[in-house]
Amino acid sequence: MIAIIKYNAGNVQSVQYALQRLGVQSVVTDDAAVITSADKVVFPGVGHAAPAMQYLKERQLDKLIVSLQQPVLGICLGLQLMCTHSEEGDTACLGIFDEQVRRFNPEPVQGGNTVFKVPQIGWNTIYDYASVLFSNLPNPAYVYAVHSYYAALGSDTAATTNYIQPYSAALQKNNFYAVQFHPEKSGAAGETILKNFISIK
Amino acid sequence: MLCKRIIPCLDIKDGRTVKGINFESIRDAGDPVELAKLYSEQGADELVFLDITATVEKRKTLVELVKRIAANINIPFTVGGGISAVENVEELLQNGADKVSVNTAAFKNPQLVQDLSNAFGSQCVVLAIDTKKEADGNWYVYLSGGRTKTDTLTIDWARQAVALGAGEILLTSMNNDGTKAGFALDITGQLANSLPVPVIASGGAGTMQHFKDVFEQANADAALAASIFHYKEIGIPDLKKYLQPFVTIRR
Repeated sequence: MIAIIKYNAGNVQSVQYALQRLGVQSVVTDDAAVITSADKVVFPGVGHAAPAMQYLKERQLDKLIVSLQQPVLGICLGLQLMCTHSEEGDTACLGIFDEQVRRFNPEPVQGGNTVFKVPQIGWNTIYDYASVLFSNLPNPAYVYAVHSYYAALGSDTAATTNYIQPYSAALQKNNFYAVQFHPEKSGAAGETILKNFISIK
Repeated sequence: MLCKRIIPCLDIKDGRTVKGINFESIRDAGDPVELAKLYSEQGADELVFLDITATVEKRKTLVELVKRIAANINIPFTVGGGISAVENVEELLQNGADKVSVNTAAFKNPQLVQDLSNAFGSQCVVLAIDTKKEADGNWYVYLSGGRTKTDTLTIDWARQAVALGAGEILLTSMNNDGTKAGFALDITGQLANSLPVPVIASGGAGTMQHFKDVFEQANADAALAASIFHYKEIGIPDLKKYLQPFVTIRR
């Protein structure tokens, strides 16, 4: 059984549907006992870092998440909250990954094809894989991302995307995995990544 | 590099796809989920479902439809048509929609854009604008599916909406829609080159060259079309193969 952590940063339903398409049962819960005993934990999220962290703290889910021993997959805001600090609302985060989360600086809009807008919305490539999450995946692979903040490259970087500058499309440290993009919305490539996570022993 | 997006649009009435569709490979051409699945398998980057159901009562079928789409489709999708309240949107997002598009209701009550952006984030608020070039050479905002003219310039409303929190603009040119003579390059370019958010061009797609033009000449971030895909005049795999030498496209 996979536990999907329930908190105030939605898009939980899409993750559950994606696991369902892969034939995996999951439960959306904020119950500490259920989360602790799950085979794997998914920590999704779309929204603002500050209220999300506050919500986790009020329910002591912050301490629970960092103490988990089974494979944990953070998605989007989940990845950002697993870092040390986010510029969004000047928020202290969980500190699983020793990375700072910063806002993209939009480049001035001008003619030509090198215009950068914020948020980044759409399909971009991931490359430079350093995690079992990306087994059996083309290199590069196309994934769908929607975000205004990013974690820089660092020692835990497990895949890279280039938007304005190269950043951590994925992070991994021990049993903690995280992706900035949405595997549940990333077509066949996303399904492969979720399958790889499910298959981790 | 971020890819340019190809977005098929499905018009939905009472939970079914409307406009004639002649796909032989799907069992039920009226079922939006089957058509959406087919497009998704063919390489569509995103889908837009536009609900044109007339009555509020029948709109409840939309939530059921969103659930089925989300359960079956593994690419992002936007739902639009008649959305006028935060509660409508919450229900759609909770059931798996990635974004919603707002049009007339947002123009009449711009606070709606801000409320939606504050509640759910600007990334899920798509502002749809129907625009028409008048004899004075300016592009004006039209409401209610193009039936009502306003005196507001399209660029002014787009700027205001982005400032209020719209995360994307879906721009449909009424001059071009249905002509198959190409997208409106001037107004699309004007918006895409001056707004800090992505612009989806809509209306006028007839050939693959038209997509190349709107990406290269107008800097559109995405291009939306309906009938050329529904009637199989252009196949999505062929279109993406054609575009590959010119713009960054997802393979």
